Amino acid sequence: MRAMALPGARARGCRAAAKMAQRRRYAEYARGSQSRGPPVSRAALYVHWPYCEKRCSYCNFNKYIPRGVEEAAMRSCLVTEARTLLRLSGVQRVESVFFGGGTPSLASPSTVAAVLEAVDQAAHLPADSEVTLEANPTSAPGSRLAAFGAAGVNRLSIGLQSLDDTELQLLGRTHSARDALQTLAEARRLFPGRVSVDLMLGLPAQKVGPWLGQLRTLLGCCDDHISLYQLSLERGTALFTHVQRGTLPAPDPELAAAMYQEGRAMLREAGFRQYEVSNFARNGALSTHNWTYWQCGQYLGIGPGAHGRFAPHGARSHTREARIQTLEPDNWMKEVMRFGHGTRRRVPLGRLELLEEVLAMGLRTDVGITHQHWGQFEPELSLWDVFGVSQEVKVLLVQGLLLLDHRGLRCSWEGLAVLDCLLLTLLPLLQEAWAQRTPSPVQGG
Amino acid sequence: MWTPVGRGRWHGRALTVWAAAAAHRGLLKPRPTPTREAAAKSRTLDRLYSSADRKEKIDLSRFSVENIRNFSIIAHVDHGKSTLADRLLELTGTIDKTKNNKQVLDKLQVERERGITVKAQTASLFYNCEGKQYLLNLIDTPGHVDFSYEVSRSLSACQGVLLVVDANEGIQAQTVANFFLAFEAQLSIIPVINKVDLKNADPERVEKQIEKVFDIPSDECIKISAKLGTNVERVLQAVIKRIPPPKVHRKNPLKALVFDSTFDQYRGVIANVALFDGVVSKGDKIVSAHTKKTYEVNEVGVLNPNEQPTHKLYAGQVGYLIAGMKDVTEAQIGDTLYLHKQPVEPLPGFKSAKPMVFAGMYPIDQSEYNNLKSAVEKLTINDSSVTVHRDSSLALGAGWRLGFLGLLHMEVFNQRLEQEYNASVILTTPTVPYKAVLSSAKLIKEYREKEITIINPAQFPDKSKVTEYLEPVVLGTIITPDEYTGKVMMLCQARRAVQKNMMYIDQNRVMLKYLFPLNEIVVDFYDSLKSLSSGYASFDYEDAGYQTAELVKMDILLNGNPVEELVTIVHKDKAHSVGKAVCERLKESLPRQLFEIAVQAAVGSKIIARETVKAYRKNVLAKCYGGDITRKMKLLKRQAEGKKKLRKIGNIEVPKDAFIKVLRTQCDK
Repeated sequence: MRAMALPGARARGCRAAAKMAQRRRYAEYARGSQSRGPPVSRAALYVHWPYCEKRCSYCNFNKYIPRGVEEAAMRSCLVTEARTLLRLSGVQRVESVFFGGGTPSLASPSTVAAVLEAVDQAAHLPADSEVTLEANPTSAPGSRLAAFGAAGVNRLSIGLQSLDDTELQLLGRTHSARDALQTLAEARRLFPGRVSVDLMLGLPAQKVGPWLGQLRTLLGCCDDHISLYQLSLERGTALFTHVQRGTLPAPDPELAAAMYQEGRAMLREAGFRQYEVSNFARNGALSTHNWTYWQCGQYLGIGPGAHGRFAPHGARSHTREARIQTLEPDNWMKEVMRFGHGTRRRVPLGRLELLEEVLAMGLRTDVGITHQHWGQFEPELSLWDVFGVSQEVKVLLVQGLLLLDHRGLRCSWEGLAVLDCLLLTLLPLLQEAWAQRTPSPVQGG
Repeated sequence: MWTPVGRGRWHGRALTVWAAAAAHRGLLKPRPTPTREAAAKSRTLDRLYSSADRKEKIDLSRFSVENIRNFSIIAHVDHGKSTLADRLLELTGTIDKTKNNKQVLDKLQVERERGITVKAQTASLFYNCEGKQYLLNLIDTPGHVDFSYEVSRSLSACQGVLLVVDANEGIQAQTVANFFLAFEAQLSIIPVINKVDLKNADPERVEKQIEKVFDIPSDECIKISAKLGTNVERVLQAVIKRIPPPKVHRKNPLKALVFDSTFDQYRGVIANVALFDGVVSKGDKIVSAHTKKTYEVNEVGVLNPNEQPTHKLYAGQVGYLIAGMKDVTEAQIGDTLYLHKQPVEPLPGFKSAKPMVFAGMYPIDQSEYNNLKSAVEKLTINDSSVTVHRDSSLALGAGWRLGFLGLLHMEVFNQRLEQEYNASVILTTPTVPYKAVLSSAKLIKEYREKEITIINPAQFPDKSKVTEYLEPVVLGTIITPDEYTGKVMMLCQARRAVQKNMMYIDQNRVMLKYLFPLNEIVVDFYDSLKSLSSGYASFDYEDAGYQTAELVKMDILLNGNPVEELVTIVHKDKAHSVGKAVCERLKESLPRQLFEIAVQAAVGSKIIARETVKAYRKNVLAKCYGGDITRKMKLLKRQAEGKKKLRKIGNIEVPKDAFIKVLRTQCDK
């Protein structure tokens, strides 16, 4: 098999190199010196593995519980779609790859290797690119994680979710707290400094004290990256139905808010930087891939239901498109086999729409939107022009929720927790400023 | 002489200019409702078969006054008034005997559903008794005291009534109210005990009640089953024997009372008239005593119950008249018609309608405004006792402030809007018209009167500028099985009512009379009474003027800023409980914002109730990666769009929903 030919040495070398590259890119961004406009020749790549062993009670993602996966066919289709979309996009350099799902750790390491090799062939996948795999804790994680490392994965995101077995059961997870800690330890041994864990908060009947206890335990054994996710009850999930029927208490938003506030304070104490609403890193261990989303960089999405945002090669004035692939795996595979890709919908993003995304995504990060970053997308209408004169913004500044200064526009520590309220003020201001701007002469036909 | 009932109630007719314009538009754009369509169809059939071909136009001249009887049937809801009317119509051959004759005179869906009569109907019955042909005019009256102006107008065209009482339920509150209306109009009263066929019927007990409460000897009661037709013939004989013929003069110049009017989209206004003097026929020129307008009569006839043209109508008779009136305001209930150049003294008792319950009405969505407007116009064409004023609320948009004769009237109006016009509306909590006696010379000059009526709480004058405030009061009659007396009395006390009378109408039924402030019964009194008495207590009320009241204006504040839409006038003793309830409802429906919101009720500068809406501590989507962006942006933009429509009180954004939850009538909960 071709994929297995990927030399293990390369994979091991990748991890160190990727870590260096990550730090460099973040530093570049923070200085704003290397900005060359949103580059169309570079992109991140998301790979969706749609299968799970079992349905979690809170998850409404696009996932399927198959009787048996035809992995060879799936692998071949992922490879084909990666090649097709890379060709369509004209992307020459893939800076990060993220295997998400579903449960991509259920895929064979060979599938992961095959996709990475195809990417490297179709475009360039530098040795220092971040390659993340979402992995669920298991009772015997060691050898399998090592095999993923050999296949080219250099970062793990572990869906640990809770360190309380009762809660794990409530969430419909297949693992125990013990499995979680064991998997975490094994992952750290294999990918030192490159392991992230997810912890959920705001579960039905969850109390602040015990939850903080879990976080404290986790801080004692985790690596340099933690994500804290508040449970959101999604229609169509078992948990939603339980709460709806009253068989489970509704999560208390007040308690969830308290967990979030105290949790992030605890992480700050422990030297973690909250670089995004739900993401915390120390020693510069930010996720490059996710950073691309919040900076509105280009990304390609392959696999059933994957989303992408990129400008097709040769498109007039580099118009970016939002793309979504066919949801259902079998249909998606049929389409990939027939057309080379399973894109179901392509929606061109207008300039204003893109700016709205720059605003909404950028403010999720601690650096917010720098003037340079904004300028890459909109050189004519500055952040000052849009937000500088608004009385409503002034109120938010005075309240200490928002900052607008020589660096750019960003949320304060308090503001970050209520960003969705702030955006309801900011988005209309952007739309208004856009409508009132002096229209620039129509460019290039 | 006939004595039209002029009881100085709050009724009569006041049509706004707006409603008048509506009627004109209605003429141009006919769109019959299902019920009217059916009525119109049967009318067409009548015209085809009865009036033209079947026989000559009826010659009413052969009915001398001595052979005419004008009467009404009055009863509590569901005691069988309409069923008795059906039987009388059948017995006299006015309608065929079929199984389908169910409440023939109740044409509206709401009437049949609720077992109440909203719109009075009239039917002329021809009946042979002891060799003599009689003309019996049955004037069906609305079945509720809300419509007592209409009842009183209908009664003023009568010399007697059939007072129908259910043999099982006995005298109920409305029986009492109806009895006094007839009694004060000095009409002959024939008690009819109905439903004697029922298993639990106890006609002897009801006879005793009638004797005790109304002072009518028990042998005067006729015991019938309208459903089975038992003894109905005796009722007709009693009508002839016990009710006197009208005292009128055919030779005198025409004097006709308009006691009802309806609007027909093809023929204009159809006025129901009772002739006190003289004769009227097609081609006559007539004048309205109220408007002084002159019309030429196009058609006269009797109602059986559909219009059947006749050559003439004579003194003492009851029928209809069409004279090119384009609008019901031209044929106001209580008005007098006379012949051109032969003016007569108008009949007494004409009053303008005084609505006693007001409510705001708004379309749920402003895009439905025009549809709702046309529905309201169409309804008011035939129900001119509803007053309509355009109104607009910052929160609810454009709408109307409607005045109704009473609560049932309001509910019926709303139900007809929904059923007949498929219009869904926001109806705000009803209020009553308060009054203030002004002391400030400046204000008196401004209003040009010393006593003003306050419909809009925003116009409530400050205490320093008034001598006293007045609130409308009603005399309520409650009849209840005595086991509930204690609970009923507690309820009445809680509603600031003062007991006026209490009597046992039989061994275990009590009749209570209380003087109620009207505003205490407009919202949920009836429901509370029904629920505490397991449905057995009945309630009715009549106007009892105004009384002095310690009224205050209550503001609702959001972080200190008053909310214009929520200003209310309340009695001082009720301010705290009302304020607390409003604050609680607001708290439940106000979305959190970036800061804490104090929801307060205040009288003057004094805060009487407070609730707090806590600030948002966290409001941000937890997961936002590549696949979430589209959905997230869509959601944010939709929210931002919605936010633009929110009403701002200070810096607080209040959704329309919150206003609706606070303002909407709570009785449907």
